[in-house]
Amino acid sequence: MATIMKLEYEKSIELYACMQRIRLVEEEISKRYVEQEMRCPVHLSIGQEAAAAGVCLALENRDKVFSTHRSHAHYLSKGGNLKKMLAEIYGKVTGCIGGRGGSMHIMDLDVNMVASIPIVGSCIPLAVGSALADSLDGQDNVSIAYLGDASVEEGVFYESANFAKLRDLPVLFVCENNLYSVYTHLHERQPDRPITSVAEAHGIPTFHCDGNNVEEVYRLAVNAIENARLKRGPSFLLLDTYRWLEHCGPNFDNHIGYRTEAEFRIWKNRDPVLLYQNNLLKRGIITEEDKVELKNKIQKEITVAFEFAKSSPYPEHSTARNHVYA
Amino acid sequence: MTGDRSINLGEAIREGLLQVSQKDNSIIHFAEGVDDPLSVFGTLKGFGEKIGHQRMIEMPVAENALTGVAIGAALSGKRPIISFQRVEFAMLALEQIANNAAKFSYVSNGQHNVPLVMRLIIGRGWGQGPEHSQSLECMFAQFPGLKVVMPSLPEDAKGMIIAAVTDNNPVLFIEHRWNHYAVGNVPKEYYSKDIAGPKKIRTGDAVTLVATSYMTLECLRVADALSSVGVSIDLFDLRVLRPLNLKPIVQSVKKTGKLLTVDTGYKKYGIGSEIVSSIVEIGFNFLKLAPIRMGLPDHPTPSSSSLIKNYYIDSIKILERLNTLVDLDRSVLEKVKIRIANERKDIPIDVPDPFFKGPF
Repeated sequence: MATIMKLEYEKSIELYACMQRIRLVEEEISKRYVEQEMRCPVHLSIGQEAAAAGVCLALENRDKVFSTHRSHAHYLSKGGNLKKMLAEIYGKVTGCIGGRGGSMHIMDLDVNMVASIPIVGSCIPLAVGSALADSLDGQDNVSIAYLGDASVEEGVFYESANFAKLRDLPVLFVCENNLYSVYTHLHERQPDRPITSVAEAHGIPTFHCDGNNVEEVYRLAVNAIENARLKRGPSFLLLDTYRWLEHCGPNFDNHIGYRTEAEFRIWKNRDPVLLYQNNLLKRGIITEEDKVELKNKIQKEITVAFEFAKSSPYPEHSTARNHVYA
Repeated sequence: MTGDRSINLGEAIREGLLQVSQKDNSIIHFAEGVDDPLSVFGTLKGFGEKIGHQRMIEMPVAENALTGVAIGAALSGKRPIISFQRVEFAMLALEQIANNAAKFSYVSNGQHNVPLVMRLIIGRGWGQGPEHSQSLECMFAQFPGLKVVMPSLPEDAKGMIIAAVTDNNPVLFIEHRWNHYAVGNVPKEYYSKDIAGPKKIRTGDAVTLVATSYMTLECLRVADALSSVGVSIDLFDLRVLRPLNLKPIVQSVKKTGKLLTVDTGYKKYGIGSEIVSSIVEIGFNFLKLAPIRMGLPDHPTPSSSSLIKNYYIDSIKILERLNTLVDLDRSVLEKVKIRIANERKDIPIDVPDPFFKGPF
């Protein structure tokens, strides 16, 4: 289990600020999506902020993150540039990859967000390969493979886990279990056994916690990352969480019939941002004024970033053929 | 110094791989049985001792993930080479090849590159049947971002494997197992041959013949037999499927007005289809007769030596189709056929023809 440690004051505030930033950014994307200027699919992370912040804030810049279709929170937590992310979603030349991938391919080597791949499970072996390169070179960087609950249904997960453990590579598998693959509940897709058991079957140490409790996530991540850095091999982190909005798009969709309003409310009452905010207020780590001040500061950043994205030029269509080959 | 010695294509590939691996420590090898007693048909034999066993990564039987692992390592500064003993296994890795290897440079706006080589061995014979003897190069050649190379002759094979390994793009290097036996003069020193396009290996004006891989050897036999009766043809070894450079072929068709393609894959949706349609688009006015494609018939490869009797293309069949373009005198045609038949003797169809050992 994780070592019991008291989080530093600064780290607590950092975790809170990171989650609040994700929440407010995603809410603004959701609000503005109807304008139809962000012309690509968006998979928003509202409700899953703690899983992103708790892991990424335990990393250093040199550590590498590999993500999925739902990557905004991971990028922002890894220290990503909001302007570059929004410009990418708007298809602008100033986007982190110049409008070539949109929301589903957010990547930025400045912060070692190496890749986001929207095909389920596809980024997992890339993280393992990055860990292999570091391991061969004697580097102590750690690679993170973010995956969803459905990824453990993919063969590539088993193949990757097998190889990662075989060589005790410095990789951390972070499974965000939000219970749904699009509209299909976990129970309809997997037998009744703990998801961690599939990693354990490969001899990989597993850790499991409330993925909406950012301090718990952070503590487990610190532990697992330290193990990887000390060449003790891979770990598997299972984080229970919930996607508030539809699988893809800006709306709530509890009315369409695949899940109940009651279930949603249970998870909404476990809002990772609000829970932690109240926790910090109660412990006197932040005040009401701090809370408002932070929110205002983030809102200002968001306003500026959206203005940047919207006012940035589109890439010249004549450049569409560039970079097919290196 | 140019070494004056003949080796076969398999040995040429081994020599190229070893020389380039000794020059660059970032090169790592993956294969199922990478360091085993056979070491991928001998092509990686002894590498562990020479470059260090830690650079020879034994690949669990997990083609998709290990291809992804190689791509991930390539993104992190390695130059991985994965050798697949049969192309069919690479289909399990198609997701990684098509979605990740082929697209990283493009999607990342040039931030990433994937200096990866995938050696895919194709072949035929000894009853290997439906799933051990396919030629699937067209499938891979569909994807922008990949390079697809198919050498036929030893000197090219060594230079092109070195070029593939030093290229900053993912290169699929497709080797026909039967070409491994082809012998030719191969320089001893380290050298690189551009992944640039087709190579004209015989020159003439009667017809333009474009071949790939093992079919290049069958076509060489036809070209040389024809030359013995005074008929000369332009014979191209296509060598590079992607990026496809058709300029020399267009130039040739401008001269000959006639085109025949012969490749190791299916005729339908095949390499020949791409070449013929492009030539018709670009050079319709140069053509005196309708071009001809030759490829495998539209059914899987059966195992029994009886069932494959008419399955594969050989020199006689090529000659017969070619003759519909050049219209040889009947007695001359017979003379050429007899020459080829004598060369071929009664070698069974399911083992490599020793004639094709060369030297070329």
